[in-house]
Amino acid sequence: MNAIDQAIVWLNDPLNWTNPGGILDRLGEHLWISFAAVAIGCLVAWPIGLWLGHTGRGGGAVVLISNVTLAIPTVALLTILPLTPLGFGRPPVILALAVFAVPPLLANAYTGVREIDPEARDAARGMGLSGRQLLTRVELALAVPYLATGFRTASVQVVATAALASFVNGGGLGQIISAGFGLGMSVGGGQILAGALLVALLALGIEGLLALLERALTPRPLRRPRRVRRRPATA
Amino acid sequence: MSSRQWVLWSVQYADAPGNPWFSWQYLRDNSDTVLSALVEHVTLTTQAVALAAAVGLPLAVLAYWFRPLTGPILALSGVLYTIPSLALLAFVAPLVGTTRPASVLIALVLYALLLIVRNALAGLNQLPAEVLDAARGMGYGRVARLFRVDLPLAVPAILTGLRLATVSTVALVTVGSLIGYGGLGDLILGGFRNNFYKAEILTGTVLCVALGLLLDLLLAGAGRLLTPWTRGARG
Repeated sequence: MNAIDQAIVWLNDPLNWTNPGGILDRLGEHLWISFAAVAIGCLVAWPIGLWLGHTGRGGGAVVLISNVTLAIPTVALLTILPLTPLGFGRPPVILALAVFAVPPLLANAYTGVREIDPEARDAARGMGLSGRQLLTRVELALAVPYLATGFRTASVQVVATAALASFVNGGGLGQIISAGFGLGMSVGGGQILAGALLVALLALGIEGLLALLERALTPRPLRRPRRVRRRPATA
Repeated sequence: MSSRQWVLWSVQYADAPGNPWFSWQYLRDNSDTVLSALVEHVTLTTQAVALAAAVGLPLAVLAYWFRPLTGPILALSGVLYTIPSLALLAFVAPLVGTTRPASVLIALVLYALLLIVRNALAGLNQLPAEVLDAARGMGYGRVARLFRVDLPLAVPAILTGLRLATVSTVALVTVGSLIGYGGLGDLILGGFRNNFYKAEILTGTVLCVALGLLLDLLLAGAGRLLTPWTRGARG
């Protein structure tokens, strides 16, 4: 029996879904870790990104942060954080993933505000809005398409990266793959493939879902076909 | 040992004295291991980026020449990029085998491919129309124009893609340590499993980040040498 047949058999076994530590448990963990990480990322990155965009400073720093985080291996961060005073368990894993959610959120929030037509900003100022009102009433609203793009990129990235939490027993769907590798290729081959399928489907599903959601939530006049770049390429 | 006991015990152990974050002693005693991990890391990275460039650049040229191909090529590489690295490794490993570094290499190439194709294509599509008209007027055919005009002018964009691909590949190699071919990732995870040996973890991490930044600088320097005209224009 080859690995693909084994995977089908493994996925067909209802016990593998409902057992403690089965697929449904792992899926719940995966989604919860990802949700918490993205939420923390938004709380940190959006205010900073919007403020930097508003003042027009810090563009270089935003690019630098995005590039340096590319060079940090996720595995290293997941391994190091539990050894700090944070201790073991879920918090260090969530924090490590939040670190990887920040750059796309920050960069898109910054660009979103910077890309606003200066005339719209001037008009708002002419109407007597203060700097704070300008940011909350005009710039924030006009930056929504970019914020949505950043949110989508960050979410998909975090859901994909959360699979690596299994390296430090952090739970999530990656745990199924790791367990399979632990059993060895001849016994665990099917489980490895099945886990890979589940993780890949989850990432693609989240990507598709958020794409639809983004489209539905963007006000019609702001929907620009293809002008918003999904992953800002910087170097 | 229950998992709670394990956590308590491990926290105690991680905080025990004699486990510093950095130690010359460790480096001296294990220079062979560290060096071979570094060599493996560099080998995997350069092989993956070179293969991805060898496949990605012709793909970008194809998409540039035949516009209908642009959508499918970008969509395919986009879907590949959404699939989590761990899942991709788990797809490849049972089919290729875990006793060879080829499994890690294939996963790495697929990731680097997207960044290279996307950036090269963007560079080729943004060439100024006047320049292309001039080249046509001088009697260049399609192929001659590609090598004498199009590609040299797109070098900055192609290089951006190569740099992004290199830095993220350096970080991604570590995931391969799940099947024992992770270069410096083997040190990071090895230290984690080896009673949370901080010096080993940090050595792996620091070398990994330093390698990423060094390769990035090298490519940036190569880019300066390849495009002497951009310096003249600026300065």
